[in-house]
Amino acid sequence: MQVPATFEYERADSVTHALELLERYGPEARVVAGGHSLIPMMKLRLAQPEALIDINGLAAELGRIAVEGGELAIGALVRHAELLESATATDLFPIFRDAERVIADPIVRNRGTVGGSLCQGDPSEDLSAVFAALRATAVIQGPGGTRTVPVRLFHEGPYETAVGPGELLIQLRVPVAPGTGSAYEKVERRVGDWPVAAAGAVLRVEDGVIAQAGIGLTAVGAAHFCAPEAEEHLTGRPPGAEAFAEAGRIAAEHCAPSADQRGPADYKRHLAAELTRRALATAAGRI
Amino acid sequence: MSYGPMHRKEDARFIRGRGNYTDDVRLPGMLYGAILRSPHAHARIVSVDTSAAEAHPKVRAVITGQTLAGLNLAWMPTLSQDTQAVLATDKVRFQGQEVAFVVAEDAYSARDALELIDVEYEPLDAVIDARNALDPGAPVIRDDLEGRTGNHIFDWEAGDRARTDALFEQAEVTVAQDMIYPRVHPAPLETCGALADFDKVTGKLTVWCPTQAPHAHRTLYAMVAGLPEHKIRVISPDIGGGFGGKVGIYPGYVCAIVGSIVTGKPVKWMEDRSENLMSTAFARDYHMRGEVAATRDGRIQAIRVKVLADHGAFNGTAQPTKFPAGFFHVFSGSYDIEAAHCEVTGVYTNKAPGGVAYACSFRVTEAVYLVERMVDVLAAELGLDPAELRMRNLLKPEQFPYTSPTGWEYDSGDYPKALRLAMDMAGYDKLRAEQADKRARGELMGIGVSFFTEAVGAGPRKHMDILGLGMADGAELRVHPTGKAVLRVSCQSQGQGHETTFAQIVGQELGIPADDVEVVHGDTDQTPFGLGTYGSRSTPVSGAAAALVSRKVRDRAKIVAAAMLEASPDDLEWADGKWSVVGDPSAGRSMAEIALAAHSNLELPDGVEGHLDAVTVYNPPNLTYPFGAYICVVDVDPGTGQVKVRRFVAVDDCGVRINPMIVEGQIHGGLADGVGMALMQVMAFDEDGNHLGASFMDYLLPTAMECPSWELGATVTPSPTHPIGAKGVGESATVGSPAAVVNAVVDALGPYGVRHADMPLTPANVWRVVNGDPFRTDLAIP
Repeated sequence: MQVPATFEYERADSVTHALELLERYGPEARVVAGGHSLIPMMKLRLAQPEALIDINGLAAELGRIAVEGGELAIGALVRHAELLESATATDLFPIFRDAERVIADPIVRNRGTVGGSLCQGDPSEDLSAVFAALRATAVIQGPGGTRTVPVRLFHEGPYETAVGPGELLIQLRVPVAPGTGSAYEKVERRVGDWPVAAAGAVLRVEDGVIAQAGIGLTAVGAAHFCAPEAEEHLTGRPPGAEAFAEAGRIAAEHCAPSADQRGPADYKRHLAAELTRRALATAAGRI
Repeated sequence: MSYGPMHRKEDARFIRGRGNYTDDVRLPGMLYGAILRSPHAHARIVSVDTSAAEAHPKVRAVITGQTLAGLNLAWMPTLSQDTQAVLATDKVRFQGQEVAFVVAEDAYSARDALELIDVEYEPLDAVIDARNALDPGAPVIRDDLEGRTGNHIFDWEAGDRARTDALFEQAEVTVAQDMIYPRVHPAPLETCGALADFDKVTGKLTVWCPTQAPHAHRTLYAMVAGLPEHKIRVISPDIGGGFGGKVGIYPGYVCAIVGSIVTGKPVKWMEDRSENLMSTAFARDYHMRGEVAATRDGRIQAIRVKVLADHGAFNGTAQPTKFPAGFFHVFSGSYDIEAAHCEVTGVYTNKAPGGVAYACSFRVTEAVYLVERMVDVLAAELGLDPAELRMRNLLKPEQFPYTSPTGWEYDSGDYPKALRLAMDMAGYDKLRAEQADKRARGELMGIGVSFFTEAVGAGPRKHMDILGLGMADGAELRVHPTGKAVLRVSCQSQGQGHETTFAQIVGQELGIPADDVEVVHGDTDQTPFGLGTYGSRSTPVSGAAAALVSRKVRDRAKIVAAAMLEASPDDLEWADGKWSVVGDPSAGRSMAEIALAAHSNLELPDGVEGHLDAVTVYNPPNLTYPFGAYICVVDVDPGTGQVKVRRFVAVDDCGVRINPMIVEGQIHGGLADGVGMALMQVMAFDEDGNHLGASFMDYLLPTAMECPSWELGATVTPSPTHPIGAKGVGESATVGSPAAVVNAVVDALGPYGVRHADMPLTPANVWRVVNGDPFRTDLAIP
């Protein structure tokens, strides 16, 4: 039987309360939301936090999806299943539907949260690539108030994020613009598995040329889950198969996959190119 | 009257969450055990310091290899005439090996205390790749065995080498192929565990444990630990899947027993998922080289194979004593082949012991995979359709009973009929036409065929035993005065539906409803001796025992009925579920009427006892030989290497089907297993012997999303040696399906000149195969 080590448990009743608890318990405390990464790690004793601050009661503050001031705002406590079912989010950005349909399984999606996924900082995490492609902004709250961090600067390394010890990720904000199409492509060994590789694409086309491209990559060692060189190649060009293939090639060239039991590095690099190309083509078709 | 589809009696409790598994059993004062395991694949133990763990306020006992050595229990015999460490004393020999056992007041404290045990290891070089095990200079894993200077366990052969080799020399065409059937694991939903309760006052030991062979466990505990057998009770409650992984005795079981004796309290130990995957019986790990000799027009003449078998650190495979490679030598398969020969070499490696598990029918799985892949390799060489090549070589119905070139006597079959049915169901010619169209467009579609012959239902006892215990099974039947019956059997269900199937057998034989028959199993104090459930042997052996014991009761009932009808027993006939005087069926007596009469004031003939009870032991005269034809259709994405199983047609012939619904359920499960093995499952190890599949994140089980809607068909060829003509089906689909899936993927990759690819065919592996650069699936991906 897998059993965790001893820990303290506190249930927060507001964001302010959660921040107070984080301050009280210090850096060995961890925030628990869906718990689908943290709890298994605790049961395997790979993680032994001294205290868990449970924020599951904060849906009123952190569980909303809404368009506000030209941005789609997604609360950190929004469950994967809620994002998948949100017409507001998926009509604007079908990339959410593509990605959420292949994240884990329905049981995990019912509990796991958007914020938790990002804060876990797993280098193979799907939504990190999705938000990177969307050029989202993370809103972080601490004792001194809120601050924003571009999501492309949110991840500082594997399992490391911009969220400080006394802080809480509270929201993701995605800029909304007309003429945008988006898509996500993932290869997994089995449904519900972490990706062998995955690519997200967001295209905004104005006057027949690509005004802005966003490419998110996960599980392939892409810095900050994005592919700026490939995006640059696309900017100003008309969308088309040749440009997409070249963007895929460039994206693959700039990532640094490592081999594991999901596949060797050359295969993952190949997937970076192939899935980028496919995601771009699908995104273009959705504009 | 009782055969046919019927809802499983056991489902009422399972679907309500009212099953009773080992971990559900709680006894007053019960303590909890946890095992400290080796982080190294191969290391010398320098010291074990348990003082801090012993000082933990909730710890009641810490048991080490040294503790057990004092009781002469540090080592125990395996089911293959080897020994296995219960808790390591000298060295650890695989990652995850048992080193110490903590007994504490709760599971949390037991686990906490493991972290307080300080073990100093001196790491040693490990043998991970079986192909290096016999190298001169390879580290000697079993230096505990006197005189061991290498890692060789056994050489074994079957068939006629000279005749086989002669046919190869003269053959028009020969093909050869290396292939790995990689190490996989049955991964039952319920892990292993035990609750041991030693009563110091009565001297009785009770062990709750999910074992597929409760009686064998009891006898082995008696033999090994010297406990009197009548003072041992093994209870195997509901089991959450066994698949052969719950046949043997694991170190944790012995630790729980010792823990209970030491503390005087019941001790429960349940392993976690990682422990289950890392330390309990794996399956397969066969490195094979197959060769086939044939005529140019596709007549297979001879087949030979060399196998390197990785048995892990202790030779703990569970199979009949005579056959160290199990039934692998059934590898000439379903074909009329003049000569066959196999050589198997078993070696030690620094991996967990096991090898016979995961519904393998004592390695028929490996045999079927080998021959079915080789037939496809030959088909590619000859440019023949693989279904056509099979049809040309299948045994004909008139050849049965058929003695195979390696000495098996196949009991019955109509193989061409089964294959034709599968091809008709699949629309084989249309599929080939569709494939040709798709290939012209650059799309990859594959059609895979496999045909299997199983050998299940061991014994006979004279040829088959485990540690000297003959492979037979007992049954006891009592009919109560109101005609309700209780059947007690020695085998133990792990989800096969015995409580239903065996009730139907008794019902059919006695002319009573299956609902009127209670089946008791899994408790050695309540059931007769027998070897248990594995190798698809329940229906072939215990099912036969159930039928025969019913017939004994029926014969006894005849005497009683004769007294009731004031007739001679010789004048009675059994018709429509009643005994009646020949020619007067209207005055027949039902079993319920006879049962009441047997216990009433009816005057019985001298010497006839007034009851309807009987006992039997069934020693099978031969194995039974189920067979089947499978066709799998896949689509492969050339850009990503992803495989989609689009269709799967399975025609099974398991003889008479007692409950077709249960049969189909078993086939569904086995087909899913086959998809899992073919596409995603493997236990790989890195060069240091780290286990790379020790959780369900890394060891993948297929889900409904990977499985098509199975298309099942049936032919029925009764077994002539079985009392009701049944053949056993529990493992058929697991045995037959992996080859169909792999053959389909390889067929899809035909345009790239691919003739073979090793399992699992993950997207990465398929892509590498397409690019001509396959990797070893059983090692860390470089």
